[in-house]
Amino acid sequence: MKQLFTVISVLACFITQAQYTTLTAGQAAPDVKLRNVNNKEVSFASYPKAKGYIVVFTCNTCPYAIAYEQRIMDLGKKFTPLGYPVIAINPNDPEVSGADSFDEMQDLAKDKKYAFPYLYDEGQKVTNAYGAMKTPHIFIVSNTEKGRTVEYTGAIDNDTEGSNANRTRYAEDVIASLMKNEKPNVTVTKAIGCTVKRKKV
Amino acid sequence: MRSSFYKIFGFIFSVCCLQFTAYSQEVKMLSIDELKKRTANGKDTTYIINFWATWCAPCVKELPYFEKLGAAYKTDKLKVLLVNVDFKSKLKTNVIPFVKKRQLKSEVFMLNETDPDIYINRIDKSWTGSIPATLFMKNGKRVFSENEYNYTELVTAYKNIQ
Repeated sequence: MKQLFTVISVLACFITQAQYTTLTAGQAAPDVKLRNVNNKEVSFASYPKAKGYIVVFTCNTCPYAIAYEQRIMDLGKKFTPLGYPVIAINPNDPEVSGADSFDEMQDLAKDKKYAFPYLYDEGQKVTNAYGAMKTPHIFIVSNTEKGRTVEYTGAIDNDTEGSNANRTRYAEDVIASLMKNEKPNVTVTKAIGCTVKRKKV
Repeated sequence: MRSSFYKIFGFIFSVCCLQFTAYSQEVKMLSIDELKKRTANGKDTTYIINFWATWCAPCVKELPYFEKLGAAYKTDKLKVLLVNVDFKSKLKTNVIPFVKKRQLKSEVFMLNETDPDIYINRIDKSWTGSIPATLFMKNGKRVFSENEYNYTELVTAYKNIQ
C-alpha cells in the first residue's frame, strides 16, 4: 500500500512538473484578461496602440521581487510612453501565500503608487499559460500584424541585488532591439527567484 | 594589580578574537570554480550540494533533513555542502546569525558569484533558478533536483546515487 502511494506521489510530481512549460521566444503570447487592483479588467486590448508589452510576474512577498520593485516601476515609467506598457501579474495562490491576497495587492499598489496595472490571477490560469516559475519572471511580448509573440523570457537584468552599475539590462536591451525592428540577441536568461506558490491539490 | 587587569583584559580580548575567527569561518565564500575543484578531488565521496537562502521558507524547512542525513551517515564518505544564495550584503546581518542560531553542523558557504544567468547554468542546465535546489554527485554521476525534500526522500536520493 505504502509503495503504491509512493508510486502515485512520484507520478503526481511528474504530472505537476510537466504541466507548466515556460513559453519561449517565438511562441504566441496568450492574452491576459484579469482583474486589476482598481477592480477593472485589464487585457492586452486595453492598450490598442501598444507595440508590445512587458509582462512581469511579481508579488508582494518575495525578497527578490521586492528588490526588483523599483526597477519594474522604472521600466514602466520609461517604456509605457514608448509603446511598451508594463503589466504586472501576481502569480501566487493567496491560500498558500496569505500576504499575496487581492486586498494586500491593492494596499501595496496604493502605497507604492504603481502607475501600471497589478493583476490578480484567479486560478493561476495566466501564470500556468505562460509557465511562470518564479517571482520576478518577465516576458516581453511584441504586438505585430501576425499577432502577439513572446520575444524574451527571464530576468530583468543580471544583478538582482542592484549593486553593480554596469549590470546587463536584459529587458531594456530587448526593447531597444524591438524598437529598431530587430530580433533581440538574448531571448532567455535565468535568475534566482521565489518559486511560484501553486494552489495545493 | 594593574598587570593582572591587563592580563585578564588581554585574555578576554584574545578569546573574543578567537571566537570571532571561528565564527566567521562558519560561512566561507565559494565560487563555482572552487566548488568544481572541491568535488573533483574526492572521487569516491558523495557530495550533496543544497542551494538555499534564509528568506526561502521551503529551504529553511528542509535544512534540518540535510543536517540529519550528514549526522546519520557521518561514517560514510558523504559531504553535505550548504551553499547559500542570499545577497552578499546579507552575509553578516542575516546569514551568519542564521547559521549560528540553527547551529548548523554541515559546511556552509555563500556563493561567490555575480551573474546568475552564468552560474545557474554552470551548476545545471536544467535549473530554472528557483530554490531549494539540490545537486547529488558521486564519481561523475549527477542528479539535480528542484524538489523540496523530506527526510525519507532525501535518504532515498542519497542511496540512489551510491
